[in-house]
Amino acid sequence: MTKMSHTLIIEPGRSEKNYWKDLWRYRELFYILSWRDLKVRYKQTVIGAAWSIIRPVLTTIIFTIVFNRVANLKSPNPGVAYALMVFVGMLPWQFFANALNEASTSLIGNTNLITKVYFPRMIIPASSVITSLADLGISLVLLIIMFFIYHFVPGWSILFLPFFILIAFVTAFGTGLYITALNVKYRDFRYIIPFIVQFGLYITPVGFSSSVVPDKWRILYSLNPMVGVVDGFRWCILGEPLNLASFSLSIGISIFFLWLGIWYFRKTEKSFADNI
Amino acid sequence: MSPIIKVENIYKRFSIDHLEQERYTALRDVVSRKVKKIFTFSSAKSTKTTSSKEEFWALSDVDFEVEAGDRIGIVGRNGAGKSTLLKILSRITEPTKGRISLHGRVASLLEVGTGFHPELTGRENIFLNGAILGMSRVEIRKKFDEIVDFAEIEKFLDTPVKRYSSGMYVRLAFAVAAHLEPEILIVDEVLAVGDSEFQKKCMGKMDEVSKEGGRTVLFVSHNMGAVAQLCNKGILLHKGAIRTKGKINEVLESYTLLEQNLVEVYENGNPGDFQISGVKVLNKDGDPLFSHSEKVPVEVKINAPHKLSGLRLGVALNDKWKRKVFTTQYIVQETDFSAGGVVKKVLLIPCNLLLSGSYSIDVASFIPNSMTYTYLRDICPFKMQDFESDLSIYEGADVGVLNIDCEWVS
Repeated sequence: MTKMSHTLIIEPGRSEKNYWKDLWRYRELFYILSWRDLKVRYKQTVIGAAWSIIRPVLTTIIFTIVFNRVANLKSPNPGVAYALMVFVGMLPWQFFANALNEASTSLIGNTNLITKVYFPRMIIPASSVITSLADLGISLVLLIIMFFIYHFVPGWSILFLPFFILIAFVTAFGTGLYITALNVKYRDFRYIIPFIVQFGLYITPVGFSSSVVPDKWRILYSLNPMVGVVDGFRWCILGEPLNLASFSLSIGISIFFLWLGIWYFRKTEKSFADNI
Repeated sequence: MSPIIKVENIYKRFSIDHLEQERYTALRDVVSRKVKKIFTFSSAKSTKTTSSKEEFWALSDVDFEVEAGDRIGIVGRNGAGKSTLLKILSRITEPTKGRISLHGRVASLLEVGTGFHPELTGRENIFLNGAILGMSRVEIRKKFDEIVDFAEIEKFLDTPVKRYSSGMYVRLAFAVAAHLEPEILIVDEVLAVGDSEFQKKCMGKMDEVSKEGGRTVLFVSHNMGAVAQLCNKGILLHKGAIRTKGKINEVLESYTLLEQNLVEVYENGNPGDFQISGVKVLNKDGDPLFSHSEKVPVEVKINAPHKLSGLRLGVALNDKWKRKVFTTQYIVQETDFSAGGVVKKVLLIPCNLLLSGSYSIDVASFIPNSMTYTYLRDICPFKMQDFESDLSIYEGADVGVLNIDCEWVS
């Protein structure tokens, strides 16, 4: 940064105008905060790291038992083990659920920063979503292990995985921002979040394939943006057929949520320091 | 040279919501209120309480300029608006009205150790804290050794700061902050912590930064000694407005007056018989500020439901050290008693008498050796400004309080 030539004007509504410029200027802080969140997460407890392995594995086992053995659901692709299908659905879902949890408490947890230093507030929930992304990375390593266990070789479509991770990120970040802002505004909102996450798990095709949903309900079902994300993951990793209409709808909803999240966050952001 | 900070007519409004006792809104309240509204639709007007918001101006019409290299001390009582001003300057909140231009990088130090994470090591926290305060990684790396050296924590660099003693913690935090290189440094109450040895070191560093580095410092503290030592100019905030600005000595002097809780305009809404119901010492504009060549009017009102012979009114003048300069009294005349039950007299302190400085008065209503109805001590502070007398050229030196026209003979 150049010295002396640096002029700053403070006026009502001013930071609104320079928002994206500021966000870029504070990228270094974003790196550092993400780095801090990661470091703290994996340092605080060995369990912290282990937890990100134990949780998806246990859930996968239980879901496989409940949906495959008890409810007798089948994987649409006979070459793919049910557990593998569940696990692939679990990847984006765990990421989404973690991101939502982490983001929603991130601002409250960083109160001292918010009331003491200026920076675009969006950095904080964003860096907490990054932490969840690291958990997703760990789960991807688990996925490779499962490939070996089930003797599964993914097709060329796995090259699209980064794209679907991006979509998962957009969905989690958008929803996360919205909920974060709500959480600052209404302090009791945090009691609702676990419910949303739990409820979401059952309306998202994690324990089952979305092909079990009757076709006439498919479009309505895809209003849940995570349906598209999970379907996308299954398509690119396992080669399950992708219903393009419903997939595009989910993506559309994701993007809408991103817009809504950013819009609402920015609307309430100015008063964070006064409200928190 | 154009000012490095220009603050123009800044206002900041907070609204106090009477409905909520808590600082935050709870969703359940909002929902229950909305639901209630639906069911009481016909009598919707009864829910007036919802909008009982009170506005509170934390800052009003704050206007000042700072030249590069100035060290400004901002003083005032709790709630005077100091923190709000600093928060606006460091962009944590936006002003409601007004405009500020800052020419140079700003770093604010609103509390030591902002953003320190207890789980991270000293080394990691230096980088984290530096970034939060606005340093780039390159800058931090360049200054790293200096910071560690200043904080005296070499041995504990790789220990999580949660194991640090509070002294080490503060030292590290201040060290990072002190090695910032912004053109404008905003500091709030950092020196309240640490042992006196380290405080001295901090003061030295701040001094060095501002005097040699030519950096501009805005400093808020309750420690008058620190402010006096570090700053060359000052701003006194009172109830959100600037009361005094200028040389640090003047500002601190008027702050001391304010701190003593002096009643500016004395009013007693429910006075007993022959008690004083009001006293004020104000100029034409309603300010307690007079020039040397101006008479100072001391207006006193007594509640007098009937006539009383022998009633006296006494006024004494105190200087800033609370020494009595003189006392004067008045015997209330029969003609002074008005039909309205109020005796109002104005004492005019002669012009060309008082030199620059702060004064306050004592006022009493009494009958000598028999009855004292009211005795008010140390109220109605006012300031004299002297640009006219022969002694005005010694501004700042202690030349006493009175300008007496003495004779010199040979």
